[in-house]
Amino acid sequence: MKTVDARGLSCPEPVLMTRKAVSQGLPMEVYVDHEVALENILRFCYKENLKAEFQKKEEYYLIHIEK
Amino acid sequence: MDRNQKMWMLATGGLTGLFAVLLVRFGNPANMGFCIACFLRDMTGSMKLHQAAVVQYMRPEIAGLILGAFIMSVASKEYQSKGGSSPVTRFVLGILVMIGALMFLGCPLRMVLRLAGGDLNAIAGLLGFVVGIGIGIFFLQKGFSLRRTYVQNPMEGSMMTILISGFFIASLAVPLWFARSTSGPGASAAPWLLALVVGGILGALAYKTRLCTVGGIRDAVMFRDFHLLSGFLAIFVFALVANLVNGTFKIGWTGQPIAHTDFLWNAMGMVLVGFASALLGGCPLRQIILAGGGNSDSAITIFGLLVGAAISHNWGLASSAAGPTPAGKIAVIAGLVITMLIALMNRSKGA
Repeated sequence: MKTVDARGLSCPEPVLMTRKAVSQGLPMEVYVDHEVALENILRFCYKENLKAEFQKKEEYYLIHIEK
Repeated sequence: MDRNQKMWMLATGGLTGLFAVLLVRFGNPANMGFCIACFLRDMTGSMKLHQAAVVQYMRPEIAGLILGAFIMSVASKEYQSKGGSSPVTRFVLGILVMIGALMFLGCPLRMVLRLAGGDLNAIAGLLGFVVGIGIGIFFLQKGFSLRRTYVQNPMEGSMMTILISGFFIASLAVPLWFARSTSGPGASAAPWLLALVVGGILGALAYKTRLCTVGGIRDAVMFRDFHLLSGFLAIFVFALVANLVNGTFKIGWTGQPIAHTDFLWNAMGMVLVGFASALLGGCPLRQIILAGGGNSDSAITIFGLLVGAAISHNWGLASSAAGPTPAGKIAVIAGLVITMLIALMNRSKGA
């Protein structure tokens, strides 16, 4: 499964990376480390009718995206 | 959750518009309830880093904004001390944003407030701002990146909040250390406690909602995501209505408060603000809010904005009601060239 590591990057980069990876196939996972990126990616998925679930880990969030 | 977020964003934008007119009613300069660039410039002047006697005042709104954001970030357990994403480049971009804003005479937030007060010159600013963000988006899509931030000691992320709060308290405790305008925009101010509290409420709300004028246009263009833009529009609508009720709405091009009528240079100043801010990832307001939340890169950007204000006034780059200066025009062109070089030199293949 494709994974994108967007930790430490500020918006809009995490969303841009996610969009690019989504266009290359699903399912996929994204790592982000702040709430702004998490919210923006979840909002992107909602608008694109993608199913997104996230888990809060120790120092980051793992978002799983599928159709 | 989505609906909830929308309501918070509209409420924050709406309150910002109302608060801005309220602060003007209680003494702030006209169409300048909030102006992050102007207030940072006033702060720079109050610390005697520039000598423009009419714009020197330690603005309580700035201390309120950063404290509000800091408290909200701690309360929501989101405070994170982070930094290290091209700090010197951000410092330079901060300088350039200020040079552009002082060509136009306002940050993007004041641009919206000027529009809501009937100042049609702000249309030129808005056009330039959108063009500038458009250029920034082009480079973002080509892989522009200032690279990753890293976790730092918690103290590092709170230094800017402590510093700005400290300067503000010192300005109350030992006024002799600070310059204070006796005429001009720097002399027009709402009572400090009101300005501080209003700034604090806005800081907390802007942190919670991520309100950002640059992000609003950027996300609308890049992702057809109108969430942040809705906050931007709410500022305009509520400030417009409040100005109409308050009798402070005066539509026209000439005789507008703390503004000039040079269409081209109003636009060019905001092209620079939009372009450089898009590369920074947020408008001056957003930089203050992020700094409150522990982002030391945004703190560095604020230092850049402060230095930019000192340069603008010490070198005669800032416009006045009479219009832009020749040196200011050269500085804006040079700023655009430097921003373009930064955009070209920071492309990462992995993005």
